Amino acid sequence: MNLLGKLDWGAIPFDQPIVMGASAGMILAVVFVLSWVTLKGYWPYLWKEWLTSVDHKRIGVMYIVLALLMLLRGFADAIMMRSQQAVAAGGAQGYLPPEHFDQIFSAHGTIMIFFMAMPFVIGLMNFVVPLQLGVRDMAFPTLNSVALWLTASGILLVNISLVVGEFAKTGWVAYPPLSELEFSPGVGVDYYLWALQISGVGTLLTGINFVTTILKVRSPGMAYMRMPVFCWTALAANLLIVAAFPILTATFAMLLLDRYLDFHFFSVEGQGNAMMYVNLFWVWGHPEVYILILPAFGIFSEVIATFSGKPLFGYRSMVAATMAICVLSFLVWLHHFFTMGASANVNGFFGVMTMIIAVPTGVKVFNWLFTMYGGRVRFTVPVLWSIGFMVTFVIGGMTGVLLAVPPADFQLHNSLFLVAHFHNVIIGGVVFGVMAGYTYWFPKAFGFKLDERWGKASFWCWLIGFYVAFMPLYVLGLMGMTRRMQHYDNLAWQPWLLLAAIGVAVILVGIACQVVQLVVSIRARAQLRDVTGDPWNGRTLEWSTASPPPAWNFAVLPCVAERDTYWMRKQRARATHDQPAQAVEYKPIEMPKNTPTGFVTAFFAVVTGFALIWHIWWMAGLGAIGAFATLLAFAFRDQEEIEIPGEEIARSDRARQAEIAG
Amino acid sequence: MNIATTIDAVHREAPLSASEAGPAPKRIVVAFGFWTFLLSDIVMFAALFAAYAVLVRATAGGPTGAQLFNQASVAVETACLLASSYTCGMMSLAVNQRHHGAAYLFAGITFALGATFLALEIREFAGMIAIGATPQRSAFLSAFFTLVGCHGLHVAAGLIWLAVMVAQVAIKGPRPNVKRRLLCFTLFWHALDIIWVALFTVVYLMGVRP
Repeated sequence: MNLLGKLDWGAIPFDQPIVMGASAGMILAVVFVLSWVTLKGYWPYLWKEWLTSVDHKRIGVMYIVLALLMLLRGFADAIMMRSQQAVAAGGAQGYLPPEHFDQIFSAHGTIMIFFMAMPFVIGLMNFVVPLQLGVRDMAFPTLNSVALWLTASGILLVNISLVVGEFAKTGWVAYPPLSELEFSPGVGVDYYLWALQISGVGTLLTGINFVTTILKVRSPGMAYMRMPVFCWTALAANLLIVAAFPILTATFAMLLLDRYLDFHFFSVEGQGNAMMYVNLFWVWGHPEVYILILPAFGIFSEVIATFSGKPLFGYRSMVAATMAICVLSFLVWLHHFFTMGASANVNGFFGVMTMIIAVPTGVKVFNWLFTMYGGRVRFTVPVLWSIGFMVTFVIGGMTGVLLAVPPADFQLHNSLFLVAHFHNVIIGGVVFGVMAGYTYWFPKAFGFKLDERWGKASFWCWLIGFYVAFMPLYVLGLMGMTRRMQHYDNLAWQPWLLLAAIGVAVILVGIACQVVQLVVSIRARAQLRDVTGDPWNGRTLEWSTASPPPAWNFAVLPCVAERDTYWMRKQRARATHDQPAQAVEYKPIEMPKNTPTGFVTAFFAVVTGFALIWHIWWMAGLGAIGAFATLLAFAFRDQEEIEIPGEEIARSDRARQAEIAG
Repeated sequence: MNIATTIDAVHREAPLSASEAGPAPKRIVVAFGFWTFLLSDIVMFAALFAAYAVLVRATAGGPTGAQLFNQASVAVETACLLASSYTCGMMSLAVNQRHHGAAYLFAGITFALGATFLALEIREFAGMIAIGATPQRSAFLSAFFTLVGCHGLHVAAGLIWLAVMVAQVAIKGPRPNVKRRLLCFTLFWHALDIIWVALFTVVYLMGVRP
């Protein structure tokens, strides 16, 4: 019996120069960052203030850092796919062999959905929702930290697969029977499954945390119909997480049992049913689409209202549309595989439901347009992203309704038309949304704005690049090109694929602009500084506190009397000619104590996951015991909270008043 | 124009409605969060139930439920689990009234009943495996072992949790955070009953229909 299970030197792909080059680059970058932190002596600061932090704002920032890094990784995969397809026409095979190309498209989808879009959206919600609700933290701060680090564990495992072993070659959906052991004997699918199981637990914990926070922890007077729309969309998204992610966990557990213990859920033998996997996967998968897009809708609602200087048009209809989508999202899953061969009535039902779910989305688009109508719109970077979204998302929505017609879908299923459609809604919706949110809330997180010119340059590159990259894919889909082709014989496709590759290059320039924007803004932070805490003339409570907010967010919990409460408060203050703020009684505040529980649990989760992937059973046992011991240690700790004295809060608050006055 | 305000100028005289009362007390927040977790757990079981329902006739020529299930044994299992829910309730009452002796006694009985349930279930599994009705035999048996086994794993986790809770009460005493965790444990234990009732019906009662 081998002590290291299936792991040996053969696991490292020395014979593949591209993989080795990428691995070496990644390892060098990690070593560089780690040694820089060590040389500068930043470890104690990092450990105390960030890695063990249970502060929702810090956790949110760390989620977004992870998401931005994974955007780069997933985008590198995109460049490779586009360049391969641009050259591999006729007899040419391009530069990526099939087994490598297959891993790339699988990794691209997995990383972009689970490790870019999800952490970005969750990070923004983490940072913003407690501030908008006017409270000091999430309902369960330690759980929040555990969730973050479990997500990071999944990310680490996926990136380890680049160096040690391989990633799945099954596409990001890992349909059986291809993903069964018989047809995918390598560790690729195991990397995929364990990375997503571990990060999926983290996501579920996040969902529970947000649902509890939004429903049970709001500042006095924050009735449901006074909550900012972003909080509503966060509530809907997290309800979906709670209701959908356990299905994914169960489905992956079944596939794992098939692969590890020779069960027959989805296998060809033993009367397993592979289509059951496809159904279960999309029962999770379609709500997942809305988990990503609903918070983005919330961001656009905040951005449009703020920069139009008007209350959001149709607040109630916005809330109703959000909750309608929340429910309807569970009734459309079958449109991902009309070709399964269900009866015409079943396909008809899901086709009609899919068209119906477009209605509340349409309501939202009109609400945003009417909010802008008659407003004094300031065309800042977040507004540009929002307008770009409105145009792009409507186009993507219309091609979606087209695909919802089962006969049309039979022609377009798994073609590049589909690929173009979902990139159209995910980039045009989710990515544009998180970029708007990133620019909008950046000054709140760090106390200075992002550079406007580089932001605009980035937006235009992304927008133009998107259209140049993906409109050709619609054409190619109608010409009959299917997705995931490593090479092709039809030379008529090549010009369109060359055009798409140019589009990706333009997006690359957009991403480069964002990197430059960040560097430029940090260097010019003195000029871009915002001392008021309210750089955009905002409407909701997060703008009423300092930027960056103190650990306790609000010196005194705000009392909410209406919608857009901070805006109304400013209007009243203006009407009464700036009466000085009333004398405040600062009371001591209990804040949750930092804990390494999340970080240590995640360490053991990585050990366990890695050991299970490589069948190193003793190590898996040790990892599981370690994680359990960490939780026990947490359960038996004596001090859970620290008290911040009233004087310290008073000092910080007065310093801020002085800074604003000066 | 700078408007520096840290408190709202508006003072509210009218009593606040429930949704306006500010952050809920910790006990409510914890219990609500745990309920939400339980709902998610039930959704996971729903997926396993669905898989079982799809695969229940997929026996691949192997044994069917009607040939395998021993309802006498399952009836004893059910009785143990339902009784343990009762003793679990008695335990939390005893802790609340600070009757430590009674609390430990009822915790012990709950643990024993849960362990008996688990032992009977393991005996059932072992008997099936001994006659070749393994989870590898057919898709039906895969789904059966996974669904019932997942519930069994939950019971096992509950037993470990119960042991840890007894240790916490003994070492730390019934302080608020320990009592909140005990509340969560009792919710968890009762939820396992609910799942078992569905499982008993769908697997063991409907499974022996001709």
